[in-house]
Amino acid sequence: MNAPAPAVKKLRVATTSLAGCFGCHMSFLDIDERIIPLLDLIEFDRSPLTDIKHCGPCDLGIIEGGLCNAENVHVLREFRKNCKFLVAMGACAINGGLPAQRNHLDLRDVLEEVYQTEAGLSHGGIPNDPELPLPLNQVHPIHEVVKIDYFLPGCPPPADAIWKLLTDLLAGRTPSLGHGLMHYD
Amino acid sequence: MTFALETAKSPETLRRVAIDPVSRVEGHGKVTILLDDNNKVHQVRLHIVEFRGFEKFIQGRPYWEVPVMVQRLCGICPVSHHLAASKALDMMLGIKQLTPTADKIRRLMHAGQMLQSHALHFFHLASPDLLFGFGSDMAKRNIVGVVAAHPEVAKKGVLLRKYGQEVIRMTAGKRVHGTGSVPGGVNKSLSAEERAELQKDIYQMVAWSRDAVAIIRGLFEQNLTQYNAFGRFRSAGMCLVGADGAMDLYHGGLRARDIDGKTLFDHFDYSRYWDVIGEDVKPWSYMKFPFFKSLGTEDGSYRVGPLSRVTMCDHIPTPLADKEREAFLAFDGGSAAGATLGYHWARMIEMLHSAETIKDLLHDDDIVGHDLMATGQRQERGVGVIEAPRGTLIHHYRVDENDQVIRANLIVSTTHNNQAMNTAVREVAMQYLDGVEITEGLLNHIEIAIRAFDPCLSCATHALGQMPLEIAIVGADGTVIDEAMRDHRGLIRELPDHA
Ligand code: SF4
Repeated sequence: MNAPAPAVKKLRVATTSLAGCFGCHMSFLDIDERIIPLLDLIEFDRSPLTDIKHCGPCDLGIIEGGLCNAENVHVLREFRKNCKFLVAMGACAINGGLPAQRNHLDLRDVLEEVYQTEAGLSHGGIPNDPELPLPLNQVHPIHEVVKIDYFLPGCPPPADAIWKLLTDLLAGRTPSLGHGLMHYD
Repeated sequence: MTFALETAKSPETLRRVAIDPVSRVEGHGKVTILLDDNNKVHQVRLHIVEFRGFEKFIQGRPYWEVPVMVQRLCGICPVSHHLAASKALDMMLGIKQLTPTADKIRRLMHAGQMLQSHALHFFHLASPDLLFGFGSDMAKRNIVGVVAAHPEVAKKGVLLRKYGQEVIRMTAGKRVHGTGSVPGGVNKSLSAEERAELQKDIYQMVAWSRDAVAIIRGLFEQNLTQYNAFGRFRSAGMCLVGADGAMDLYHGGLRARDIDGKTLFDHFDYSRYWDVIGEDVKPWSYMKFPFFKSLGTEDGSYRVGPLSRVTMCDHIPTPLADKEREAFLAFDGGSAAGATLGYHWARMIEMLHSAETIKDLLHDDDIVGHDLMATGQRQERGVGVIEAPRGTLIHHYRVDENDQVIRANLIVSTTHNNQAMNTAVREVAMQYLDGVEITEGLLNHIEIAIRAFDPCLSCATHALGQMPLEIAIVGADGTVIDEAMRDHRGLIRELPDHA
């Protein structure tokens, strides 16, 4: 009565979105029906698709989005601690992306305009509850805080680029996008 | 401002339990619950914890960049932002009527978006709770579990989403963050090959969408009492409707009804939305709380999205979906139409409607036409409203004589549902968590209520941050007695008292 032992050890993958729009995760799902055979080869740890709330020991961590608040930094460090390889997926993780457009503005001004002086408000006030993580003054790329092993450019990176990265890693190769999969749009 | 369970009298005495982040939703949110010594629930809040400041940093950008920039608020329904911004800027350019080709290409893009987003939400995110049970084994309660246990269902979900994404790619140029819609029209129509390619599979998509409606109907039949009562509450509602009162997800006037179903306004010209909608701010969330001005901040909250649209339109202008709408409204004396989980049923009816809409548009020769742009008399501001997958989406811009944006205001779908989601979560907390030992499975019930709304916590954070979702519990004399949190595997863990 032995339970059948799994033939191959699956690649354990965690993914998260920090200050990102989830578009990179959508592009991951854009591998379409290839996701079904892929599930025989990888298993998900923390990810928007599972109910695991914190990253455990993993082979691969994929990060979407840059850092806009203290909570983002905390999650990123947790990923670095637990993942053998860490991937910066998309423009926001690599250089801050669109959210970093606020970097030339004063955070307090922005908060005031949105929550205090905006015309349609019945009564204003900048949200300040301790449950809200502290916003950072600037949006930062993730490599400024932890070491990143691979960078996947694009906004979002094409699904085929994400697929190439995964299949290279599964085959034990150093991931390389090569011509045609390097997009910056 | 006194919503039941919004604010505990002495939070310091209570124990905090957090669900952080809320998972299988799009974006970042957390729930906190405060409990006393007897596990009685005193406070429950859904927090949006991220802030981005979009309205501010868009100022100074040339207006034609806007439809492309705003999509980066949300990669799940980028097309909705792309089109709402385009519509606002059409108005700014003084264009009353797009060319038939531009209008139909945009509608096709939007229907593709609706199809892919509803499929993603139902199959990839919400279906595990419904197929396996609300408190089922956490390890299986995800799309991987669905692929293993119900491979046919999972496959249809994946392929429906793929098809919607392909419609978007062919109309917008790219699956995520395309550029097809521009102020004044579109920059491409379909080629004959693209049209033929999409025509090949559309009948299959219509058929699978019907199957999806049957799945959720079957689940309601099997679990009638539980589904009807789950997180149920009475609410006002709002949506766009076409001139004849029909469902129109791309364009129309605003219709609103109060809690008793009485009309508050109808065919209201959305370019003056601020006459009827105000916004409130609370210190514990970056997401604002909109309300109908005529009813005030407290009674004026409302819900938007599939449930409002399907129950409030006079009919759906495609035959199969309209039949399903009638069946939904009649089901069990109309009870499902007021249930929080009724959102899923309404969502699948809309997915069917979107598939039928795509089918009709693919048979319309205007989509391969070449007249793409209209012109008009330049105005200084524009408002664009669209029904995004999760509900009414409002974009509002003012543009100066240098073509630079000088003011922007956005009210995204999930923001309209802010109070409604908080109410649903509090109802569920009273139904399932009050006075009992909290377990991981029970906490998942809170998340199921949130998932019914399909919140996009990603774009709801457009203001300047990002939303994690967490649940906190506090004791009767106002102190935090202790904390139950999920450990790195998502399991509940008691923490020592915290001062
Ligand atoms: S890189 Fe682009 S698609 Fe990815 S999270 Fe950032 S804005 Fe979204």
